[in-house]
Amino acid sequence: MAQTTNIKKRKRRINAVSVQTEILFNVIMILFCLACIIPFIFVIIISFTSEESIQQIGYSFTPISWSLEAYKYTFKMGQSLWRSYFNSFYITVLGTILSVTICVLYSYALFRRDFKYRKFFTFFSFFTMLFGGGLVPTYIVCKQLLGLNDNYAALIVPLLVSPFNIIIMRTFFQSSVPEELIEAAAIDGSGEYNTLIRIIVPVSKPGIATIALLNALAYWNEWYTAMLYVRDKAHIPLQYLLMQIQRNVEYLAKNSSGLGADAIKAAQSMPTQSLRMALVVLIVVPITFAYPFFQRYIIAGLTVGSVKG
Amino acid sequence: MSKATTKQRKVSKTKSAKRKKTLMLLTMVAPGAIWLILLRYIPMFGIVMAFQDYKIYTKNPTFINNLRHSAFVGLKNFKFLFATSDTWVMIRNTLAYNVVFIILGLIIPVTFAILLNELTKKINAKVYQTLMFFPYFLSWVVASYFVQAFLDPTRGLLVNLMKSWGMVPIDFYNDTKPWPLILTICNIWKNTGYSTILYLSAITGIDSSQYEAANIDGASKWQQVLYVTLPHLKTMIIILFIMNVGKIFNSDFGLFFNVPLQSGPLFPVTQTIDTYVYRAMMATGNYGMSTAAGLLQNLIGFICIMTANTIVRKVDEDSSLF
Repeated sequence: MAQTTNIKKRKRRINAVSVQTEILFNVIMILFCLACIIPFIFVIIISFTSEESIQQIGYSFTPISWSLEAYKYTFKMGQSLWRSYFNSFYITVLGTILSVTICVLYSYALFRRDFKYRKFFTFFSFFTMLFGGGLVPTYIVCKQLLGLNDNYAALIVPLLVSPFNIIIMRTFFQSSVPEELIEAAAIDGSGEYNTLIRIIVPVSKPGIATIALLNALAYWNEWYTAMLYVRDKAHIPLQYLLMQIQRNVEYLAKNSSGLGADAIKAAQSMPTQSLRMALVVLIVVPITFAYPFFQRYIIAGLTVGSVKG
Repeated sequence: MSKATTKQRKVSKTKSAKRKKTLMLLTMVAPGAIWLILLRYIPMFGIVMAFQDYKIYTKNPTFINNLRHSAFVGLKNFKFLFATSDTWVMIRNTLAYNVVFIILGLIIPVTFAILLNELTKKINAKVYQTLMFFPYFLSWVVASYFVQAFLDPTRGLLVNLMKSWGMVPIDFYNDTKPWPLILTICNIWKNTGYSTILYLSAITGIDSSQYEAANIDGASKWQQVLYVTLPHLKTMIIILFIMNVGKIFNSDFGLFFNVPLQSGPLFPVTQTIDTYVYRAMMATGNYGMSTAAGLLQNLIGFICIMTANTIVRKVDEDSSLF
């Protein structure tokens, strides 16, 4: 036993790159990885930096003095911030549930070889990946015909269906569900929906998790649909709020009901710089918590999805 | 008597069962299909706007009424579109950035995937993967704050460093010169992790005995990469390439819209077809012209993806996308 592992070790060594080369590889990867996460760490540091320090030396990895003022202020801001935070959570949860349901149903039917219109509906969704009406007609249809205007539907509906996710999900079904399973269920007199819910869904949980996480990420990071369809402050998600603060720092003060009429004064006393960064941290934190799941399932999804549909 | 009728009944029973099954499966595709009709197929009819002087029909302003009552102007919108130099700038930007992104988006991730695969400590490779995948999960809004932390004209780290080194700091949000580089870095920063993992999963799927055989035959590491690894990645590289070529007239809206903070002086190097269509629609309300721009973008994209796919199918059928 010991001998075989020894041989294995030696064998791997023979075909491995030299030690110097491997050190070089490690250095390259470490440098790139640092570049990937340092901006976020930097923003965290800024969010804990005192306003005076920012005034004096600008944003820095080593501020003169630290402060929790920005985070304290987020509580004072009351409605406008927490409303947006709630909106982001709300559209993420509801949007993910709906889009996953629709995606699973659609791709399950496409997965069934005995579905009469399988080819038609496969093409029906795939074609939209190749050609579309473009932004302007879509915008007008959504706004005028479908009434996606200043409501939660405007933030949820435009992202409900993704032909790419349908392909991923169908490929998942093909690789994880044996067709005999469906036949056997049909012989036992199980209805189509019964088969799907009782038998297929439990078998394909990893695939569904992948789709769910992809959708959740898309909804959480959504600002584009908000920019197009939502003007009403009560419905804007946090990403879009962040976008607006970037253009206009006083936006927050003007729009927070908790501060009363003296908005300009409020804006002056506001730790604006660190506060903005604190909001960035607040929106990234949920992602970092979900990251382990995300990473595991999305990698699985990417690997399957990259297989030709 | 009984035999014939039972047979008949059986046939009709299986027939009705079949019909019921089809009906059930149709109800499953229904929600998705309805969405596709409403948000993807109906807007395709809106393409006629590209040939119209689109006006809102004030008496009863619904989408269909507006379309019916707007006058057709032939190719006037397209003529207007190409009358301005802005159009050529945004086409140049879109194409040039895409070409750079496609090339670097191939070379860097494939290189990284090969490097990661050579690491003898697998735990290191896992950690690197985890860290470099992180930016993919963030939105361009968040990323634009990251960029601002470095480039802000008064507080930015890079600007302050330049000052302390005695250099004249660059006014980043007004100076076009550094932006091609900045946008390229941002694109690499966000997407490399994703692509690297994609290629790495393909590489780890290669049978290790192939490398061992190559090694015994005296192939160097470099030769192994050239003759074992790359041929295995060929199909994936080609498929991703076709998809990217199909999108060569599209751009990552958030990158070009948010990261430069929508700064006007930067438009000559940050305006792409997508940001132009959005701005033309929102700012000027010129629906006809922005639809025309979008239509051209879609048509050329469609032709590109079809051509790329046809060529690939002729050369190597297995690598084609469809």
